[in-house]
Amino acid sequence: MQIRSPAFKANVSAALADERLQKALEFTRPAFPSRRAAAVADLPEFEQLRDIGRDIKNHTLANLDFYLEIYAANVERAGGIVHWCSTADEARAAVLAICEKAGARTVTKGKSMISEELGINAHLEAHGITPVETDLGEYILQIRNEGPSHIIAPAFHLNRNDWEESFRKVHTDLPADRVFNERRDILTEARTRLREKFLAADVGITGANFLIAETGSSVIVTNEGNGDLTQTLPRVHIALASIEKLVPTLEDATSLLRLLARSATGQDFSVYTTFSTGARRSEDLDGPGEYHVVLIDNGRSGMIGTEFQEMLRCIRCAACMNHCPVYFTVGGHSYGWVYPGPMGSVLTPSLIGVDQAGHLPNASTFCGKCESVCPVKIPLPKLMRHWREHEFERHLSPSAVRTNLAIWAWFAMRPQLYRIATRIGARVLGWLGRKKGRLSSLPLAGGWTAGRDLPTPEGDTFFARYARLQREGKL
Amino acid sequence: MSKDTILNAIRRGLKRGPLPEDQALGLRARMAAHPRHLIPARSRIDRPGQIALFLRNIEKEFGTFTRVPDLDAIPEAVADYLTANNLPSDFAMAPHPELAAIPWSNRPLLTQRPGRAQASDLVSLQHGYAAVAETGTLVLPAAAVRPTTLNLLSDTFMVVLRASRVVGAYEEAWDLLRAENRDERSGGFMPRNVMLVTGPSRSADIESTLELGAHGPRRLHVVLVDDDPAAFA
Amino acid sequence: MTPPSPAPRVALFVTCLVDLHRPSVGFAAIKLLEDAGCRVEVPLAQTCCGQPAYNAGDRSTARDLARGLLDAFGGYDYVVVPSGSCGGMLRAHMPHLFDDDPNTRARADALAGRTYELVSFLTDVMGVTTLDATCAATATYHDSCAGLRELGIKAQPRALLASVAGLTLSEMADAEVCCGFGGTFCVKYPDISTRMVADKTKDIAKTGAGLLLAGDMGCLLNMAGRLQREGSTVQVRHVAEVLAGMTGDLPPIGEARR
Repeated sequence: MQIRSPAFKANVSAALADERLQKALEFTRPAFPSRRAAAVADLPEFEQLRDIGRDIKNHTLANLDFYLEIYAANVERAGGIVHWCSTADEARAAVLAICEKAGARTVTKGKSMISEELGINAHLEAHGITPVETDLGEYILQIRNEGPSHIIAPAFHLNRNDWEESFRKVHTDLPADRVFNERRDILTEARTRLREKFLAADVGITGANFLIAETGSSVIVTNEGNGDLTQTLPRVHIALASIEKLVPTLEDATSLLRLLARSATGQDFSVYTTFSTGARRSEDLDGPGEYHVVLIDNGRSGMIGTEFQEMLRCIRCAACMNHCPVYFTVGGHSYGWVYPGPMGSVLTPSLIGVDQAGHLPNASTFCGKCESVCPVKIPLPKLMRHWREHEFERHLSPSAVRTNLAIWAWFAMRPQLYRIATRIGARVLGWLGRKKGRLSSLPLAGGWTAGRDLPTPEGDTFFARYARLQREGKL
Repeated sequence: MSKDTILNAIRRGLKRGPLPEDQALGLRARMAAHPRHLIPARSRIDRPGQIALFLRNIEKEFGTFTRVPDLDAIPEAVADYLTANNLPSDFAMAPHPELAAIPWSNRPLLTQRPGRAQASDLVSLQHGYAAVAETGTLVLPAAAVRPTTLNLLSDTFMVVLRASRVVGAYEEAWDLLRAENRDERSGGFMPRNVMLVTGPSRSADIESTLELGAHGPRRLHVVLVDDDPAAFA
Repeated sequence: MTPPSPAPRVALFVTCLVDLHRPSVGFAAIKLLEDAGCRVEVPLAQTCCGQPAYNAGDRSTARDLARGLLDAFGGYDYVVVPSGSCGGMLRAHMPHLFDDDPNTRARADALAGRTYELVSFLTDVMGVTTLDATCAATATYHDSCAGLRELGIKAQPRALLASVAGLTLSEMADAEVCCGFGGTFCVKYPDISTRMVADKTKDIAKTGAGLLLAGDMGCLLNMAGRLQREGSTVQVRHVAEVLAGMTGDLPPIGEARR
């Protein structure tokens, strides 16, 4: 996927001016938090489960090499094949090789963020294989050649007209005078069209929400059933999974599943939670004849042992972005790559470099809402701050910021000089605002005053007044 | 090899070599014991309560149910459901002995086609292996007698489930599977596929508004056979 | 909780923004603390809690400033801050600046343990339940992020405001959603910040309240500046001003003395 993160500020300006997007954000914004809150209120043990979820993931990460080997052995015991891939290139090549060996012409796909990260679709297309996204949201994005704007609701930024217009453009074999009276009509057309694709596909590619070492299973969670059709109907199923998806046992996965849907959509459980273990057994009447797991590192192992290791607990529920006031102001595309919102602001610099994604961890107020809803308690603000530290150390932060900070720090380290400087500042500003108590513009403060007035100081600093009162014996 | 590259990178991060054998033993023991974590109190209730919770959750998730006293009553319940919803009377049916043993001839207008589902099937009838009261979730392990396509391809998905197979929490369903299922290929207990199904298919991808029947079934109907004396209050 | 006895020695951490912008909040804090039975001192060696450096990724400056605070605020029973954000810095963050320095870490932990945000100190430590203050207004209260999520401040200001004669509280929707201030965020990303505070002022307007209160100067300046830019007549004050009964002769934030 093309990286547009360095243009974050321009992306934001465009997003703020995009009425369609702003309307979609405003409409969707209250839904996720209220649904999650209701689901959490209905499960008194939810807070304890968050601790358990964190601990399961921490335990797995501390022994990841061990569990990966067990996992791979169990996949193979069940007739599956594991393809270990260090890099995105290796993963793309592995997927292509499986498809070519199967003589694949079309490939159906379940929703997978790692697939977006790897750019699987473009790679397959370049080699004459047609990938078809089957998650409704991903399907329309593929038609429109857009990336997802959210990790679980990839197309929520589009409205009904967008759907209709896109469908008319590509489903040209259908009557041009057909009417879309309601959402149902859009859904029915997509369902019919994609059903044909499911039946025709040679290979089905899904992601994985979890891998289970004990059984060699991959787990996907969907509501539409598209992922299940993708992995059930074609001759070959490929599960794409990054290494941190692993957990040791079914019981571990189960505890995390209790957190996942509640944190994501506010459902108690997703409609389909499916555990795939190996290829079709000889006596089975359906299911794929080949089962491959493309096991991907692509930068994860480099996070282990660093201050960003905790990010590898992430189960991609989207609760952080669902509750993020910045995300719901700028939308997902502003972040400029695959993963938006707070989790993206930590993960993206790890995967594409902080020199590319430096804005992301800075564009946070550190309000802490994300951390408070994270099902595995990732301290997202703290990790974003660590990225700021890296930027500061590498002199990637803007020089004006560094200079201002240095001047301020020099005074702040010297209380007596600081008193004098602040007293002058307070008096000057207070004098400037003496008529109204505020300023509507101020040189060098355009960032503030573009959208709000600047309340001016009372006139003298606390310490000046305090000293005066002490002198006068009034304290 | 990439496998070694990945494992070595992880070990570098963890600042150690391969896991020492004594620690590996501990982890193998943990996997063998597969300890349960916290199980929410909501399903830690008596049998009648668990059945009621299961049925409440089926409805919460937009499913429907009929409760019947025994297998003999199933044909009528199925026929009534199909008629009430204007659905065709022929359906794909899991080739499971328990379903075959149902006296379908009581309702000669119903036509069952045992086997996997085809794309043209409007209605399917699956054998319920077990169900989880905690969230109204059906547990459907793939088997020759329980093809996966039945869960997915039809518009209306019916499941025959014995009340005695309703458990409180997911972990209890895993225990059933561990105890009852042998998978010859892997030597373990997991079949190729286990689907946990909670309500009919749905999507909120179009304007963040929920619609039922996205790619999978639009209707989910459970026929619950009251074979569990303890389940009666 | 029984109030500590006898009169605890409390150091007031004034904070940069109160010092520069709103000294009256500092004096309100002194009054409230003294009324609650504390002996209040204001250590003169204090400047800033270090958040601007800390959140800009300049850990070394943050550490230097923190060492100064450890010296300035040693030896008091409590340190009280009229700000959830600076309080959160001292309580939740500062000790971790010294994770690699056990001796300083221990001092920082000790300071963190003695540091409280003003309003929660009054209720949770001093056991204050009612105040002798009057303010005839319908007010709405914004929960500042750090106070709310790092220090658990939610019920305390509302409890004390309930005892202010003449004051009615009208809760806004999304009172817990960030106002978009975020320290330097508001000038680094002014577009986003402005949109966020505009969302906030919509919620404020919907309450019909004539007075907006919060416990953090940063948020207050941000919201006041936006309300005034929009031509709103809602007045904005630090909660301590109301609790100390100082609204009579102190103009609201961003308004001139008449």
